[in-house]
Amino acid sequence: MATHTSAAAVAGLPQTMRRPGGVLSVVQEWVTTVDHKKIGLMYIGYALIFLVIAGAEALLMRVQLAVPNNHFVSPQVFNRLFTMHGTTMVFFVGMPILFGFGNYLVPLMIGARDMAFPRLNSFSFWISAFGGVLLYFSYFAGSGLYGAGTAPDVGWFAYAPLTSKVFSPGHSTDYWTLSVLLSGVGSIGTALNIVATALTMRCKGMKLSRMPLLVWIYVVMSGIAFVAVSPLTAAQIMLVIDRYLGGHFFDTQAGGSAVLWMHFFWIFGHPEVYILVLPAFGFANEIIPVFSRKAIFGYPAMVAASVGIAFVSLGVWAHHMFTVGMGPDANAFFTFSTMVVAVPTGIKIFNWLATIWGGNIRFATPMIFSIGFLFQFLIAGLTGVMLAVSPFDWQLGNSYFVVAHFHYVLVGAILFMIFAAFYYWYPKITGRMLSEKLGKWHFWLLVFGFHMTFDFMHVPGLLGMPRRVYTYEADRGWGDWNMIVSIGAIFQTISVLVFVYNLVRSYYKGEIAGPDPWDAWTLEWSTSSPPPSYNFAELPTVSSRRPLWDLKHPDDPDSNYE
Amino acid sequence: MSTVAAVANPTGDEWKQPSRGMVGMACLIAAESAIFVIFVVAYIYYTGKSLSGPTPREVLNLPIFSTICLLSSSITVHFAVHELQGSRIGRFIAWLASTVLLGGIFIASTALEWYELIYHDGLTIRTNLFGTTFYSLVGLHASHVIAGLIMLGLALIFALQGKVNAHHTERFEVLSVYWHFVDAVWVVVFTVVYVLGR
Repeated sequence: MATHTSAAAVAGLPQTMRRPGGVLSVVQEWVTTVDHKKIGLMYIGYALIFLVIAGAEALLMRVQLAVPNNHFVSPQVFNRLFTMHGTTMVFFVGMPILFGFGNYLVPLMIGARDMAFPRLNSFSFWISAFGGVLLYFSYFAGSGLYGAGTAPDVGWFAYAPLTSKVFSPGHSTDYWTLSVLLSGVGSIGTALNIVATALTMRCKGMKLSRMPLLVWIYVVMSGIAFVAVSPLTAAQIMLVIDRYLGGHFFDTQAGGSAVLWMHFFWIFGHPEVYILVLPAFGFANEIIPVFSRKAIFGYPAMVAASVGIAFVSLGVWAHHMFTVGMGPDANAFFTFSTMVVAVPTGIKIFNWLATIWGGNIRFATPMIFSIGFLFQFLIAGLTGVMLAVSPFDWQLGNSYFVVAHFHYVLVGAILFMIFAAFYYWYPKITGRMLSEKLGKWHFWLLVFGFHMTFDFMHVPGLLGMPRRVYTYEADRGWGDWNMIVSIGAIFQTISVLVFVYNLVRSYYKGEIAGPDPWDAWTLEWSTSSPPPSYNFAELPTVSSRRPLWDLKHPDDPDSNYE
Repeated sequence: MSTVAAVANPTGDEWKQPSRGMVGMACLIAAESAIFVIFVVAYIYYTGKSLSGPTPREVLNLPIFSTICLLSSSITVHFAVHELQGSRIGRFIAWLASTVLLGGIFIASTALEWYELIYHDGLTIRTNLFGTTFYSLVGLHASHVIAGLIMLGLALIFALQGKVNAHHTERFEVLSVYWHFVDAVWVVVFTVVYVLGR
């Protein structure tokens, strides 16, 4: 394409602005940067480091549970492992990796040069990063003056009164509280930035009805963050008041309520799932059309379904609490509202299928990950509907069935789409393609390992195995199932190692990508790969949802049909 | 492909989007409101559940004067925005200074109230559930008032140095929206703590 040359010429411009001076100047450049792309990459890199750490914790737990009566780790260490694994994966892997992609992509996709508040963006990243460091610093400092316990061991939802000073002496729980608090502050800052960017910085012609679906979804996801992450911040402030100032919010001895903490936590905790899964939907919305060679089916329905999910997600939290004894009215309400979520979600699945239907499908790595996502997300949703039925939940609440269900969402849906996003946007970020061959290995090993682990994990749950036990007796009949689950974890580990190898190798040896390797349609592919620091030499103007389609097909632009 | 991903389609009409300061502040207010909602819910939930005294009825007095001060500061800050827009800097400074003064009176009377409660009525944050929820909710609001006063105070200092002019109207308006929010929260806190909770 003739237009490639001008992009290359533009990419040469900013290099003259480099300051001299080796490693330190590089460090200084990254620490002081307010460029949305660099901050996005730091988010992603930091999340990948924590992904490896929290993955290793999961692996240790699977080794411990592989056979009955195992003494590989002590009960205390096991408690710390599942607490750290859960907290890290949610707050320091899921949130930052999704905010990282959002940071990188949102301004590029709406034709802007940066986020609305670049310095706030930098602050949000560093405060979240500090939260993650603080969580792991507890391994060194958690004993405090009392010498009891190191890392937090209260579980990722930290039910009262276990978190009170009496039952959790020392400082490990304080490290947990403060790190989650800081992560929450960073999340609100970035969410605010994303909404302000999308609402006020769109390029000329990009009406809200032409905004890429990924950007729409990030706006909706940020909206949920305002009303869902803040309650967690509030609850953490209360916990700090209880622990440091002698307050009684969750102190049952003084009339406080442990159930109130459960409500406050899950008012955050359940919408959090949608905060994490919505960006995965956003990736699917961008990737599936490009590899089916069709425009997305039902754009307005997709937007409406996202907003619908956001609203319904705020009214389902107590389905985590069916076993508390809330009474039939509350149980009926939360059963109903939880099932209602399946409606907008189902609309999305049908829209993706309709997009693929009759398309000229290219089975490149991003697409096969997306197809894996579609299947696995469906199954995850179905077990979700099962658990929404409160009598069923009474039997299986806090069992391995629940663990299998939510890992099906978090790994089978969200992680698969995160990998799809890596394969899809890596060429834009680095200028080189990821290896397709290694990508296929990564995909098939992960699919195999994932299903081996999480399909079979449902069974010990149905047989009555509770979550968070550090070991079990041989005569329970859970041993073989757990062994299969643990072996699956090994395949998943290998697949992630292949992925990391692919990331590093392709950075040096990958095929040169060019600005638009997938023949895609959104604005980020109109600039060079990697994009210059100012993104666009001249701000674009758009007149449809697929500006690059219009550019490539001036005889038949989308604007004729929208 | 060029960096101009454009199909020549000049619509001609002006491309207008909302102010980013206002959108940012609206988002902040949404998030802050959620925090306050949780504290208000906790306050209401624990009303009358304290196992020991003192109770709200015994120790709380209606803070009518300071409430009037805080609510009128919303009006004065509104006038300040209006005067700044019209480039009447002298009047702007006067309205802004009275806003800071009224907010200061509010904070001072809260301090006085707390002093009475702690030293005369023996109510601290650890005394009972009422103490815990009262100091948390009122304190959370007071800390927002203090943050607002710091920002308004900075604006006042800049204005006295002659560095503020009509170009800064939009920024100051964003700040005034925050201040209106703090006042609105007080209406809720006042109703819950001093009217319903007593």
